[in-house]
Amino acid sequence: MSAPTDRPEDGTPTLELRGVNKSFGAIQVLHDVHLKVYPGQVTALVGDNGAGKSTLIKSIAGIHPIDSGDVLFEGRPVTVTGPRDAAALGIEIVYQDLALCDNLDVVQNMFLGRERKTGVVLDEISMEQAARDTLSKLSVRTLKSVRQLVSSLSGGQRQTVAIAKAVLWESKLVVLDEPTAALGVAQTRQVLDLVRRLADTGHAVVFISHNMVDVFEVSDRVAALYLGRMAADIPISQVNRGEVIELITAGRSGNLGIAPAEAAAVEV
Amino acid sequence: MSSTISAPTSSQEPGGAPSGFEADRTSDSLGASARAYVDRVRGGDLGALPAILGIVVLGLLFFALRPETFLTPRNMANLADQAAPIIILAMGLVFILLLGEIDLSAGVVSGVCAAVMAKLLADAGAPWYVAVLAAIVTGVAIGLFTGSLVGMIGIPSFVVTLALFLGWQGFTLRLIGEGGTVPVRDPVISAISDRNLPVTLGWILALLVIALYAALQLNRWRTQRTKGLAHQPLAVVLVRIAVIAAIVLLVTAVLSVDRAPAVGVVLAGIPYAVPLVILLLLLLTFVLGRTSFGRHVYAVGGNAEAARRAGINVTKIRVAVFVIGSTLAAISGIVAAARLGSVAPGSGGGNTLLYAVGAAVIGGTSLFGGRGRVRDAVLGGLVVAIIANGLGLLGTEAYLNFIITGGVLLLAASVDALARRRAAATGH
Ligand SMILES: Nc1ncnc2c1ncn2[C@@H]1O[C@H](COP(=O)(O)OP(=O)(O)OP(=O)(O)O)[C@@H](O)[C@H]1O
Ligand SMILES: [Mg+2]
Repeated sequence: MSAPTDRPEDGTPTLELRGVNKSFGAIQVLHDVHLKVYPGQVTALVGDNGAGKSTLIKSIAGIHPIDSGDVLFEGRPVTVTGPRDAAALGIEIVYQDLALCDNLDVVQNMFLGRERKTGVVLDEISMEQAARDTLSKLSVRTLKSVRQLVSSLSGGQRQTVAIAKAVLWESKLVVLDEPTAALGVAQTRQVLDLVRRLADTGHAVVFISHNMVDVFEVSDRVAALYLGRMAADIPISQVNRGEVIELITAGRSGNLGIAPAEAAAVEV
Repeated sequence: MSSTISAPTSSQEPGGAPSGFEADRTSDSLGASARAYVDRVRGGDLGALPAILGIVVLGLLFFALRPETFLTPRNMANLADQAAPIIILAMGLVFILLLGEIDLSAGVVSGVCAAVMAKLLADAGAPWYVAVLAAIVTGVAIGLFTGSLVGMIGIPSFVVTLALFLGWQGFTLRLIGEGGTVPVRDPVISAISDRNLPVTLGWILALLVIALYAALQLNRWRTQRTKGLAHQPLAVVLVRIAVIAAIVLLVTAVLSVDRAPAVGVVLAGIPYAVPLVILLLLLLTFVLGRTSFGRHVYAVGGNAEAARRAGINVTKIRVAVFVIGSTLAAISGIVAAARLGSVAPGSGGGNTLLYAVGAAVIGGTSLFGGRGRVRDAVLGGLVVAIIANGLGLLGTEAYLNFIITGGVLLLAASVDALARRRAAATGH
């Protein structure tokens, strides 16, 4: 496993957002958001509760349509209007609330909505084999059986299944919304390793977390949202932990962040 | 009827240090399988247990109370006829209940469809297949209507089908007329309940069903083992095949005994309603267990939001289950009309729906969605039919009949709710 690198931002970002705005009724949640996510890198998306992180990724996924702005995938402008569009592009999202079906087993969840079939009959054999392959490729441990019901899994195991599901599909961009929020020490370790391994195998990864230790451990870049505005989107080597916390809580730090006038306006 | 290919699992968490992917096992010993089953039952997943227990206990009870009539071949054939329409209606409700929805109009829809068929037969002189087709098309159309109101407009299914429960009764009343009945005398349709398979054919079909079941089970077991997939121990598979074979042979034997009330005539063989139920059981079990549509039904019932994010068209699934429910209601109505020989304005009303919902729930289908199988309708339907049949033999008064059947449904629903709480507590 390689350490987080500080690669130059050459090449095309896998995902680029330009001036994205999003409102829920009268409340504007995202203001003119710019973001670049590169292949082979983990981009940490940070921000306080309610800053708009989940809303931003749901906009990427096409769950919430954006009001204005551009979304570019591998340099091409795209419009994502639903989960199927996102999947077709190679975007996989692991949601904060996971969204697994408790009454289905691990294999069934990993292939949900994209089952393999021979004729009309589900091809359980090939699905089970592929699921087991993916899990062992990710060095997933402690899972007793891939035919276990998801309801019987621990929080970390569920998280692992959700991530493995994203990996199974040869996705180019994997977005993880607070994957370690509910986990203990050992399971957090496993998931962080998994996040790093995703980037090392060439995926572009967006990693949302409130934990600065985790963020600094696995990320190559950091993007800080402050009240729906992008305060900074920079290589993580250019900032220290204190500065990131300032960006999160005040929207600016030194000469980084949104302009003082704007920040003041926002705070009113 | 076949179980999902979940490997036997035990409930304990894999504790301690992670030891590697070898924790994923594809097979357990027989003992481990048995323990896993006990764990599952303790954890609230009762499966077919309550229904089987119900069949045995009620069977013994009524046998003790009416030894000379209850367990006779004649009454068993009668029981099969009685159970068939309940089971078929319940099969449709299983699909709807799997989504956590309800169709309170299923019973009266069976009445509407039967009335359509009866009117075509009696008034228009249509051939039986046209009448049956019309009844089924009516069922499909009604299901589309109900499903659209629930799935597209988003009215709770409870309210939609409560309204339709009233509405469709009016429709049947208009069709048949106050106080009237329309006779169903078509020989083909009456045959569903009046006629029996020739005894030899019955035995051949029974053996065929057993052979087919055994072949499918063993073949799957072999493929799973050779491909290194999760599979059950061979002994478990063999026991399952033996149990199914024993039941099929016993039922065939009982129904092949001459049950004619008078000497000189012979009345023997499996009533045609039985192979009809088995055919539907196989077909619908295949749909739920082996197709992506079935998988999506479970997914929407388990977590609709997760299903939506997985790209499943949740609205389509919602509409589809109501179509399936109403279509099976139509078939149930046809079978019931064949049994009674007529359709009345009250057909499909009264306790029809209660019996069917009770059957599904007693069989193990959850009212909360996400858990249930087609076979639940068969097992639960038998329990309900045994109660109705036994109380009939005892000559209990109507009021007691209502109270007892209502009580049994409440009991089943309590078991379901408690199992669910238990499952939540033990993480199953
Ligand atoms: N569907 C919605 N309708 C209306 N307002 C919404 C909706 N979803 C989110 N919001 C609002 O948008 C803002 C941003 O919420 P969001 O969930 O994106 O925050 P977050 O950065 O993910 O926070 P957390 O760290 O707590 O997960 C909040 O003020 C929230 O109340
Ligand atoms: Mg969030």
